[in-house]
Amino acid sequence: MEIEVLEGVFDANEIIAKENRSLLDGSGSFMVNLMASPGAGKTSVIMKTLEGVAGALNCAVIEGDIAGKVDSEKIAATGVPAIQINTGGSCHLEAKQVNRALNRLKLEGVDLVIVENVGNLVCPAEFKLGEDLKVMILSVAEGHDKPLKYPLMFSESDVLLVNKIDLIPHTDFEMETLEQTVLRMNPGVVIFKISCRTGEGVSDWTDWLKHRVKAGA
Amino acid sequence: MHELSVTESMLGVVLRHAQANNATKVSRINMVLGDMSTVMEESVRFYFDIISKETIAEGAELNFTRTKLIGHCGVCGKEFEVVEFDFRCPECQGTETEIISGREFQVESIEIN
Repeated sequence: MEIEVLEGVFDANEIIAKENRSLLDGSGSFMVNLMASPGAGKTSVIMKTLEGVAGALNCAVIEGDIAGKVDSEKIAATGVPAIQINTGGSCHLEAKQVNRALNRLKLEGVDLVIVENVGNLVCPAEFKLGEDLKVMILSVAEGHDKPLKYPLMFSESDVLLVNKIDLIPHTDFEMETLEQTVLRMNPGVVIFKISCRTGEGVSDWTDWLKHRVKAGA
Repeated sequence: MHELSVTESMLGVVLRHAQANNATKVSRINMVLGDMSTVMEESVRFYFDIISKETIAEGAELNFTRTKLIGHCGVCGKEFEVVEFDFRCPECQGTETEIISGREFQVESIEIN
């Protein structure tokens, strides 16, 4: 006997992502899902972003890593509330893990929650967390040819931060090729070119984000 | 890379529907998998064999129907196959493309005894 099922394998995750959405709406908080490869500069981008929006936005950070709490300690040292999620081997965050973290955070009065996803350009793109904005980082040393190798991530992201632009003179990185490829895959994407080390371009990104959070919250 | 947890979710969906229909055995699982999903068919088969052991779905045949990546142009309304991840409309060069298929991983139906 054949039985009709018609159920998506990611449906359960998407139901919890919607719960996260209503939690965030309840407190008027905006959530960013930050995704990138290991070493692209996720934690540095978060530190710089927190600095850039300080005074304008109250922030909290959820750190996803396979193991360890190095990153959340680094964030907490700045005085911003940070919660570490250890996925224990899993290559991405799922909505239910973020749900537990959101319930532990005191969301009241928090304007911006930044979620640092597990370092990976594949799997995080597949799992909705209930975010307002998907932001990805590509660092110059990874090369301009990555979009076509990781199409889902590049086509799903609302914002692309090209980080470590101070390294460009030492590499064969072609910014124009990168931009052309990404815009073909994702015409609506907003691209910022930044260097967390020199600070170049960072305020363009943080000013834009402040604006978005205030418009969206 | 995340096929273990994805396969667990898939098996969970299958077993829930099987039990709701008082099945004693699941013989076939029909699924739709989009070409742009990051899920690998091979890995799902591999993990399914391991995690379905001692469940009523053990030994079930896995049948995947693949769907192409199809976009719908929000400007001129044309439906088109997205080739090499170029999401611009081939008709009007519009950039407001909505994906209508090719991303899904869905359990369509199961065959039970």
